[in-house]
Amino acid sequence: MAEKFDLNEREVWDGNYAASQAMRQAKVDVMAAYPITPSTPIVENYGAYVANGYIDGEFVMVESEHAAMSACVGASAAGGRVATATSSQGFALMVEVLYQASGMRLPIVLNVVNRALASPLNVRGDHADMYLGRDAGWIQFGAFNSQEAYDLALCAFKVAENHSVRLPVMIHQDGFITSHTAQNVYPLTDEAAYNFVGDIDPVDDMLDFSRPVTYGAQTEEDWHFEHKAKQHKAIMDSVPVIEEVFAEFEKISGRKYKRVETYMMEDAEVAIVALGTTVETSRVAAMKMREQGIKAGVVAPRVFRPFPFDLIRDALENVKSVAVLDRSSPGGAMGAFYNEISAALYTTPKRPLVTNYIYGLGGRDFAVQDAIDIYNEQKANADAGYITTDIQQFSGLRGPKLGFFQTKRS
Amino acid sequence: MQDPKLCATEKRGLHELEAGKDLMGWDEVTQGSVLPSFEGDASNIAHLKQEERDYSHFNSYTATVASWRVQKPVFNIDVCIDCQNCWVWCPDTSIISRDKQMLGIDYDHCKGCEVCVEVCPTNPKSLLMFSEQEDLETALSQWPEKKKKEK
Repeated sequence: MAEKFDLNEREVWDGNYAASQAMRQAKVDVMAAYPITPSTPIVENYGAYVANGYIDGEFVMVESEHAAMSACVGASAAGGRVATATSSQGFALMVEVLYQASGMRLPIVLNVVNRALASPLNVRGDHADMYLGRDAGWIQFGAFNSQEAYDLALCAFKVAENHSVRLPVMIHQDGFITSHTAQNVYPLTDEAAYNFVGDIDPVDDMLDFSRPVTYGAQTEEDWHFEHKAKQHKAIMDSVPVIEEVFAEFEKISGRKYKRVETYMMEDAEVAIVALGTTVETSRVAAMKMREQGIKAGVVAPRVFRPFPFDLIRDALENVKSVAVLDRSSPGGAMGAFYNEISAALYTTPKRPLVTNYIYGLGGRDFAVQDAIDIYNEQKANADAGYITTDIQQFSGLRGPKLGFFQTKRS
Repeated sequence: MQDPKLCATEKRGLHELEAGKDLMGWDEVTQGSVLPSFEGDASNIAHLKQEERDYSHFNSYTATVASWRVQKPVFNIDVCIDCQNCWVWCPDTSIISRDKQMLGIDYDHCKGCEVCVEVCPTNPKSLLMFSEQEDLETALSQWPEKKKKEK
């Protein structure tokens, strides 16, 4: 019997502590981890909860993140509730096994505290690691603050383990800005949290000796395509389950989550589309724009995968100029997020102008004024009816102005 | 000569995976490509012989997976001393032995690796490699004599 952990109605937690409390309340059976900054406290705290008797679980020390996710695959295939956390280089080393986990339809929960990828080495937050995992077949939730890191972690188990989903889920939070900033968090009681998540009901579990199964089969050109298509269908079909889980969570917590969060978008003429903590910065900037009479709004995918192609269109189709903010070095292309938003908007009748801003790499601060500058450029685009700036620009970068591509106008 | 029936029983080698038979659409393949080995409850089958177990069609036991073999081991029952060395060493569980009596080769699963020939201790060897096309009777007629010790 686990020890009782005393909780106040309101706690002051950083994102890491909030996520680790969700791991405790969900009674994670196995956590295999190789701790890495800035996500270390999540797995460290879980280890402490096990050692101090707050969880009846197993902390597995491994020799790398590749091994960490591999051990998670084994434990999840065995039928346990499994979670871990990582960041940056550790995430990169995990990537091979991320594809294995989703391909085997294992409901592992991974807390990703977003951090830049080397080189040059950097421990601060950007979204390079999150982007690296975007094709891995995992459901991806975005938390913009500590409360959300906690809430979404609880939702993640319930989505992942649902029998019509059975896919692994990542919860992303920004390194340091969320993970190490103490904020007010309103936790559920242990009973309410566990009643919400519920017991895991394993599928094809390897500890069922009455039905031995093979995991990790080889499929060549005559089988592989069908299996990957089935997996893609599963993640696309997870949408109603995600929405049900968010609705159920709202009932017990009063906190409402949507696949795409929109702020002041009802009459918006210009918009910023962003991920992570930048969403809250942009909201402050949008309010200031509205004081000047500029109808500014913010759109933020809460669920990054499955990509909310439908809701992005609904939110932005009547906007005149949209700025898509990519917090990852694009490496020779337009930002990946920009490309995805643009693809959705290209299928709308009015096709808003869409511009791309690379910003905040390696934890470079993105201030309210930066967002205001971006809104002003969008307003100029909206008034002109075309993109007046380079299509890809860099916000908060020192040195001569850098930008790429201009609108083709006859 | 080994019983020709050993090459294909009712349950072994039912289908050829390489032939592309039994292909299914994306909506029919198993979730996560997880493959159950047996049909029904398998909690109490450890004591059963392979041919008595109800293998699923996902299990390679029911499939012919040896089409790429170019040389095959041939078993000579007259020389064999039933030492079980080949049974121990075979990496594909393709030595058929019952009650410690060597019966022959499972040609639906043997890949022709020659390990069984290598570990056979008899003189002459009780297992020798022949061309895949050679029939068993001809192969056995070409068996070498016992190698004489030199004084």
